[in-house]
Amino acid sequence: MTVNGERRAVEVKDNELLLDVLRDKLYVKSVKAACWKGECGLCTVLLNDLPVKSCMVLAMEADGADVKTAEYFIKNGELAPVQRSFIEHGALQCGFCTPAFSLAAHHLLQRNPNATREEIKEYLSGIICRCTGYKQIIEAVEDARKYYQK
Amino acid sequence: MGNLIGSRIPPIDSLEKVTGTAVYTSDIDLPGQVYLKLVTSPYAHAKIEDVDYRKALDVPGVVAVFTGKNFPYRFGIYVGDRDMLAIDKALWSGHPVAAVAAESWEAAERAAELIDVEYEELPAVFDVEEAVGPKAPVVHEKLGEYRVFPGLFKPVPGTNMANTFRLRKGNVEKGFEKADIVVRENDFFVPFASHGYMETQNAIALYRVDGTYEIWTSTQSPFAVRNLIALSLGIPMHKIVVHHTYTGGGFGGKAGIGWEPLPMMISKKLRRPVKLVLSRAEQFRSAPLTASFKANARMGMTKDGRIVAYEARFLFDCGAFADYTVNVARTAGYMCGGPYDIDDVFCETIAVYTNKAPTTAFRGFGHPENHFVLELMMEKAAKALGMDPVEFRLKNLLKPGISTTCTGTKLRKDAGRPDIALERAAKAIGWSEEPAEPVEPWKVRAKGIAVLVKGPSQPPNAAASAMVKFNEDATIDVIVGTGNMGQGTVTSLAMIAADAFGIPLEKVRVSPFRSTDSMAYTWQTVGSRGLFTDGQALMKAIEDAKDQIKDVAAQALRVSKEDLEVADGKVFMVGKPWINLKLEDVVMGYMYENGNSIGGPIIGRGHHIATQCTILDPETGQGSPTIFYTFGATGVEIEIDVLTGEVKILRASQAYDIGKAINPLLVEGQAIGGFVMGMSRTLFEELRFDERGNMMNPNFSTYYMVRTKEAPDDIRVELIETPQHDGPHGARGLGENVMVAVAPAIISAINRALGTNIKRLPATRENIVKTIEGQNPDLLERAMRALRLGR
Repeated sequence: MTVNGERRAVEVKDNELLLDVLRDKLYVKSVKAACWKGECGLCTVLLNDLPVKSCMVLAMEADGADVKTAEYFIKNGELAPVQRSFIEHGALQCGFCTPAFSLAAHHLLQRNPNATREEIKEYLSGIICRCTGYKQIIEAVEDARKYYQK
Repeated sequence: MGNLIGSRIPPIDSLEKVTGTAVYTSDIDLPGQVYLKLVTSPYAHAKIEDVDYRKALDVPGVVAVFTGKNFPYRFGIYVGDRDMLAIDKALWSGHPVAAVAAESWEAAERAAELIDVEYEELPAVFDVEEAVGPKAPVVHEKLGEYRVFPGLFKPVPGTNMANTFRLRKGNVEKGFEKADIVVRENDFFVPFASHGYMETQNAIALYRVDGTYEIWTSTQSPFAVRNLIALSLGIPMHKIVVHHTYTGGGFGGKAGIGWEPLPMMISKKLRRPVKLVLSRAEQFRSAPLTASFKANARMGMTKDGRIVAYEARFLFDCGAFADYTVNVARTAGYMCGGPYDIDDVFCETIAVYTNKAPTTAFRGFGHPENHFVLELMMEKAAKALGMDPVEFRLKNLLKPGISTTCTGTKLRKDAGRPDIALERAAKAIGWSEEPAEPVEPWKVRAKGIAVLVKGPSQPPNAAASAMVKFNEDATIDVIVGTGNMGQGTVTSLAMIAADAFGIPLEKVRVSPFRSTDSMAYTWQTVGSRGLFTDGQALMKAIEDAKDQIKDVAAQALRVSKEDLEVADGKVFMVGKPWINLKLEDVVMGYMYENGNSIGGPIIGRGHHIATQCTILDPETGQGSPTIFYTFGATGVEIEIDVLTGEVKILRASQAYDIGKAINPLLVEGQAIGGFVMGMSRTLFEELRFDERGNMMNPNFSTYYMVRTKEAPDDIRVELIETPQHDGPHGARGLGENVMVAVAPAIISAINRALGTNIKRLPATRENIVKTIEGQNPDLLERAMRALRLGR
């Protein structure tokens, strides 16, 4: 598969999760693990440019696929616009959920650069943040819409 | 001085965090590491007869299995009651009884399932009132042998009482004689809850042949971890190096000691690095939670609205380890009177063991507990007096420089203004106006408000230190001990340093990596103390560095040291700023033209220790418990759907006198995040146990925490800046205060809207509907009718 723009080859067992292969075999630590059962959304990655919870995906399903984590953007040039907006709005504290939020928000705004506040809230409700209270995250995403509106 | 203080600057670690490249300890792998998996007890109280792990050893990749017999040691900060693997008996359903070490997570997990533990079930105790009774099973038979923090705590051997604290100010019975009106309330209740930090607890340890232990851990307290390991295992402190990186949330749950001793002791046995990362289920079932409590209270007032007496009694359910919770309970006791000026006060808090999951500190540390009771009593009292709740509170608030707190200490003159905080919080939610009519007639609206005070609850000798280390190019490494779990302190400290030397913030670094052998000491990153204590240490380190710079520059420039000032990246003569040296020409020593040199590398150092704090009197609880208090108030306007019990926060206010907002952007982040965490605890969160003590909801599906959908849009943060003389730039701490008053503010709004008397958390939809059915069925009837009419 291609991980953050690089071709990576790895042997996996049929029961291994994409999350575990990324973190423990490929040492890609920019995807976080927090519940391992699809409840918290922190292990979100872009699989062929669609956000998925990587603890809910078998590694085999990613055979030949393109996988992006939050470090993809800076590794390949510059931050995603919504990532810049997260920084400007102080929309992060401990930072453990930030990679997931930034990927999901980036995808949402690419798909729907005019997302309303309610749509943003609905779309991001699969990811848990315990620190920020979400307000600054939601405002960062709202503010980033302008960069995605072409 | 520069102009950074008071600026809205994003956290200095933002780029690493937003790209996922920030390193947390759970991200660290060491070559050759083995993975640990815990085997936990299914029984709440059981003697461990035998652990048969022969089958587990046959699993390919399994290296070894360990049980409590291998590690007969107990750990803890205040009461050393915690074992790593159950010693002789399991004390709760979830208590680790064995640990498998294997070459992979998968092998460790498979082997863990093959371990047969033979138990003899023992009678268990789950109810806190039962646990203090004479016939209760005793959770810790050897309580009298545990190491206890001297002078602060007294467990009673042979009972389940981990500590009893009593506060006596004045004479409460005489106080009640002066009262015209007395209100009382029983059965306050707050359940067990999870900290819900997103990075589960973890630790990696490496034993070196020279006898050094290196430990990487997701902690708030590297120095406390080192100290507590040294105390329990008798290892010299310089042979224990605790490493610290970004912490994926803490909220008190990573204070004191965590799981570090387990991988550490196993690493010594296996001579390999050992990694433990808790699964979310283990985090819920086996790691410390926040304590539950039951309480009752009574308050006496004169007719004109003066509180003359207050009494409260708390039973804290500490679960199987009360290690840190004894101090939570003590703190709830000595802060029982909160922000109010009351002459006669009595409070008793008992910390009690039960056969439930262990407990520890949680953001607020005794203050959310005592304020929940106190502020709901204030509501009841205001109602009995027929007074406006804001007016009643204003009449009774502590007055800086005049009033004495309930520990009998006169409040310092520059302690901050609770009255202004309350007025601002009230104004921000339009307290004086009635809420607008809800659009749907089956909904009701109301406002609620609560005041709070909180300071750090730490030993009276808690200390901090800091260093300012100059590099050749006059960039600075600020060396501090305070950690980074997202609370923003390190950003504020970097701003303080950059501001003091007049250099850009980019020229200051606070490393995310810390090690106890090279970072500056601080007691712990807890209690909202970091900015105040480590900030003071830093201010002194800055002065020390400037002094050294001036020494060199005075000689180099042939001027008197007293005439020199350091600012704008230079050291210069006051009044003749053209006589100056750039910092880079001084901070590694100054070289004259012929090569002669003076001075040397500049390292400024400073420290802070709690001043004028005392060990509280063992009989009366009187004394000076803390280094500062931060006052504040929370207000809410809510709308409740009477038919579903759904509570919506229409607007909220958070007002705090923080002395100085070093970085308002981060202060607002704390105030908003704290509100939502408090709201989540108030409306959703409860860990439930079945009749055999098994936790019923150890996951994020059934233990619901607020998500974006419920996040309020309108949270107004009001900052008041009455500087405190000894705070850095006048600042006080805030990190925990922001959730202390949230629960009573929301619950009092609910009670006002529904005409109910809710005094238990959480106010889930189900609990609200049940309460309406029981306490105000007419309201439900009216709402049903309105729905049928379909207006």
